[in-house]
Amino acid sequence: MSEGTFGNPTIVEFKTDILIIGGGMAACGAAFEVKRWAGDDVKVTLVDKAGLDRSGAVAMGLSAINTYLGEQKPEDYCRMVSADLMGLTRDDLVYDVGRHVDGTVHLFEEWGLPIWKTKETEGVPLKDGGKPVRSGKWQIMINGESYKPIVAEAAKKALGIENIYERVFIVKLILDANEPNRIAGAVGFSVRENKIYVFRANAVLLVAGGAVNVFRPRSTGEGMGRTWYPVWNAGSTYAMAAEAGAELTMMENRFVPARFKDGYGPVGAWFLLFKSKATNGYGEDYVKKNAHMLAEFAPYDTAAVVPTCLRNHAMLHEMKEGRGPIIMDTPTAMKELGANMTPKEMKHLEAEAWEDFLDMCIGQAGVWAGLNTRPEESPSELMPTEPYLLGSHSGCCGIWVSGPEDLNSPAEWKWGYNRMTTVNGLFTAGDGVGASGHKFSSGSHTEGRLAAKSMVRWLRDHKDYQPVFKADINAIAEEIYAPVRNYIEHKDKTTAEDVNPFYITPKMLQMRLQKTMDEYVAGCSTYYQTNGKLLSMGLHFLTMLKEDSKKMRAKDLHELMRAWENYHRIITAEAHLRHIMFREETRYPGFYYRTDFPKLDPQNWQCFVNSKMDPDTHDWTMIKRPHVDLVEKHYGGQKH
Amino acid sequence: MPTFVHTDKCDGCKGGEYTVCMYVCPNNLMKLDTTRMKAFNQEPEQCWECQCCAKACPQQAIEVRSFQDWVPMGGAVIPMRTDSAIMWTIKFRDGEVKRFKFPIRTTPVGSIDPYTGKPTGGNLDDNLLFTEAGVTLPTI
Ligand SMILES: Cc1cc2nc3c(=O)[nH]c(=O)nc-3n(C[C@H](O)[C@H](O)[C@H](O)COP(=O)(O)OP(=O)(O)OC[C@H]3O[C@@H](n4cnc5c(N)ncnc54)[C@H](O)[C@@H]3O)c2cc1C
Ligand code: SF4
Ligand code: SF4
Repeated sequence: MSEGTFGNPTIVEFKTDILIIGGGMAACGAAFEVKRWAGDDVKVTLVDKAGLDRSGAVAMGLSAINTYLGEQKPEDYCRMVSADLMGLTRDDLVYDVGRHVDGTVHLFEEWGLPIWKTKETEGVPLKDGGKPVRSGKWQIMINGESYKPIVAEAAKKALGIENIYERVFIVKLILDANEPNRIAGAVGFSVRENKIYVFRANAVLLVAGGAVNVFRPRSTGEGMGRTWYPVWNAGSTYAMAAEAGAELTMMENRFVPARFKDGYGPVGAWFLLFKSKATNGYGEDYVKKNAHMLAEFAPYDTAAVVPTCLRNHAMLHEMKEGRGPIIMDTPTAMKELGANMTPKEMKHLEAEAWEDFLDMCIGQAGVWAGLNTRPEESPSELMPTEPYLLGSHSGCCGIWVSGPEDLNSPAEWKWGYNRMTTVNGLFTAGDGVGASGHKFSSGSHTEGRLAAKSMVRWLRDHKDYQPVFKADINAIAEEIYAPVRNYIEHKDKTTAEDVNPFYITPKMLQMRLQKTMDEYVAGCSTYYQTNGKLLSMGLHFLTMLKEDSKKMRAKDLHELMRAWENYHRIITAEAHLRHIMFREETRYPGFYYRTDFPKLDPQNWQCFVNSKMDPDTHDWTMIKRPHVDLVEKHYGGQKH
Repeated sequence: MPTFVHTDKCDGCKGGEYTVCMYVCPNNLMKLDTTRMKAFNQEPEQCWECQCCAKACPQQAIEVRSFQDWVPMGGAVIPMRTDSAIMWTIKFRDGEVKRFKFPIRTTPVGSIDPYTGKPTGGNLDDNLLFTEAGVTLPTI
C-alpha cells in the first residue's frame, strides 16, 4: 500500500463484525462485556479519536462515582432521575441502569479503583459488605485520579490491543445499500497519518460522548478550553446518528451546571459532603427565598431534591435583580465541620476539599492558587455555565433507543434490541442514550455493557449478513478531505493565509456557531432566554453556516479534525434549536426559557419530543411521543 | 489554561516519532517540533488543563500556567504521579505552598485480568450481564 500524502490520503478498509466508535466509559464497558459473549470468531474493533488511557470525560479523573444504589431500589432511582429532569424520562432505561450498575462498580474496585469506606468497614470491598462513604444519596467517594486508565486497561485486555485504533476521528456513519435503514459501517480519518479509515460492520456502537462548545463559553482568550464538560467532545454522537436517520429525543434538554466561577470546579462535594450553603450577595438563601417562584413549576419543586434547573432558576432571578454575586460559603462549612475535629482530622478535611478539584477539575485549583483563595478563609463565587448537551450527567438529550423487553413498558419502547436506535444495527449508550440521564461514569459503563450483549444477539440473528455501503467510498474520502483541498487550492492567493475569502478556518466557524447559539438560542448572554422569533432567525443563520461549512479549510490533520468536530457541533446545534422551537413551553427554567411560553404546559407537552433527519434529503421531522410513568411518582412535600 | 514545556527539560522523548505527551493528550494538543526536538502546545486556548500530559511526561517537563486573561500570575499546581499515588504541590500567588498526596490505584499497573474466575456468557436472550450469572433480576 502506498503512503498517502496530505493532498492524497490512502484509503484503508477494514471489515469487522462489531464496531465501537469512541473509547470513553460506555465504550470501555462495551469492550469488556462484548468479548465474553462474542467468542473468538467474532471480530470487534474499537476506534477512538484520542488515546484510550485518557480519552473522554473521565480523562482527568473523578472524585466520586455518582451512581451506586447500594441498599436503595431501582424504583427510587427512577423517581430521583425523573424529578430532576422535570418528569420526562424513560423509566425502563433508567431502571435498567439502576438494576445493573452496582455490579459494574464492584468491577472497578476489583480492578484497582480506590473506593472510600466507612471507618467500621475499612478495607472491606463493596461486594463483601464494605460500606461506601456517601457524599449524597446516590454518590460514593473515590480516589479517582486513575479511574480512566484503570477502566481502559480492562477494556484493552478484553479486546486485544490489535483491535483498537487510536487517533482516528470518525466523520460519518454509512447505511446499507440493500436493506433500508440498516447500518453498514463508518468512515473517518487518522489525525496522525494521511489515511482515510473505512470500517464495514454488521453492528455499530456509537458512543462518542456529549457536546461541548456549541455555545459561546463564559471564558475568554486563553481560558476558552477550560470548559466544564470535556472540550473535546463535539457532539459527534448526536450529529452522526442524526445524519444516518436515527430518531433523536429530548434534544431540547441541556445542562447548565452552577459551578465555581471561572475554573468550573465541582460543587457536589461542597453541597453534599461538606454541607456548604450558597447564598446571594446579601447572604440570603435564594432557593428558600424564591420558593414561590419554584412553586410555579409544581410538582417538581417539592421533589426530595429540588431539580437542578429550578435551583438555577432561583439563582438567575437573584442575578437578574442585581443581588449577585452568588456565593458558596466555604469558610462557614469548614468551621462547622471542623468544630469537633482534631487538628489531624482538620488537615484531612482540607485535603478532601482540594482533592475534589485535583481529581476532576485541576483548573479550579489553579484559579484558587492564583487568586490566593483558601476555602477555609474566603468564600468563592458560583456561576451558571454555558449550556452543554449530554445524556449521561444531569441532562437527557440523545438518541431514542429500544429498551429492555422484560419490563412493563409500552410496546413502542421495545421494538428491537436493548439500546438499539431506530436505525437497525446501530446502538448507543452513555451520553448517546436520550430521555434517561443521571447515569454518570458507572451508569455509562454499565449501559455500554448492556448494549454490547444486545449487539452480540443482533449479530447472532443476522449472522451471514454482508453489509454493502450505500455510498461511494472515494466520494466520501473526497468530502472528508475537502477542507484540505480548499486550503491547498487557495492558500497562496492572499499574503496572510488565515484571512482568505475562499475558505473559513474551523476556529472562525466555531465562533460563528457559538455566537449564533448564544444570542439566538438562549445562551448566557441572554440569561438563557429565547423565543420563536429569535429561534427562526437563529435557524436562518445556522443554515448559512452549514452551507459555509463546505468551505472549511484544514492546513494540517489537526485542523482537519477541528473542521469535522465543528461540523458535528453545527448539526447538534441545529437539532437543539429545532427541538426548543418545537416544544412550546418552558420545561426547564434555569436551563432555558421560552419567553413566549414561560410556563409548564403539561396538557400539551407532558411528552417526549423526538426528531428525525431524512438521510437523503436532510429534511427534519418533529415527532411527539407519549410519555408514561412505569414507576409511580410522588413528590414528597419537600420544604425549601 | 495552557500547558507549557520547559525547554531545558524536554528531550523530545528521545527522538520517537510520537512522544508521550502526543500519545496522551485527549485533545491532540501536544506536538513535537521536529527541528528543535521539543514538544509544545499547538492550541493553548483549547487546553482543558487536565494535566494528563504533565502527569505522564517522563522528564517532568510540562507544567500548566493558568489562563492569563483572568487568573493573576504566580500560582501553580504541579502533579508528581507514580503507579500507586499522586503528590500535588500547590503554590499560591502569595508564596504559600501546600502539598497533598492521594492514592490512585490499589493494584499493580498492567495486572488487570478481566475474565479469569468470572462466569462465561450464559443465555444471550435473557437480560443478565455475564458477571450476573444466576442472579434473579428485579423487574417492574
Ligand atoms: C468535570 C466532570 C465531572 C464529572 N463528575 C462525575 C462524578 O463525580 N461522578 C460520575 O460518576 N461521573 C461524573 N462525570 C460524568 C462522566 O464522566 C460521564 O457521564 C461519562 O464519562 C460519559 O461516558 P461516555 O462514554 O458517554 O462519554 P466519554 O467518556 O466522554 O467518551 C467519549 C469518547 O468518544 C471519543 N470520541 C468523541 N468523538 C469521536 C469521534 N468523532 N470519533 C472517534 N472517537 C470520538 C472520545 O475521545 C472519548 O473516548 C463527570 C464528568 C465531567 C466532565
Ligand atoms: S512527554 Fe515530556 S519529554 Fe516527551 S516530548 Fe513531551 S514534553 Fe518532551
Ligand atoms: S493539560 Fe490536558 S488538554 Fe492540556 S495539553 Fe495537557 S493533556 Fe492536553
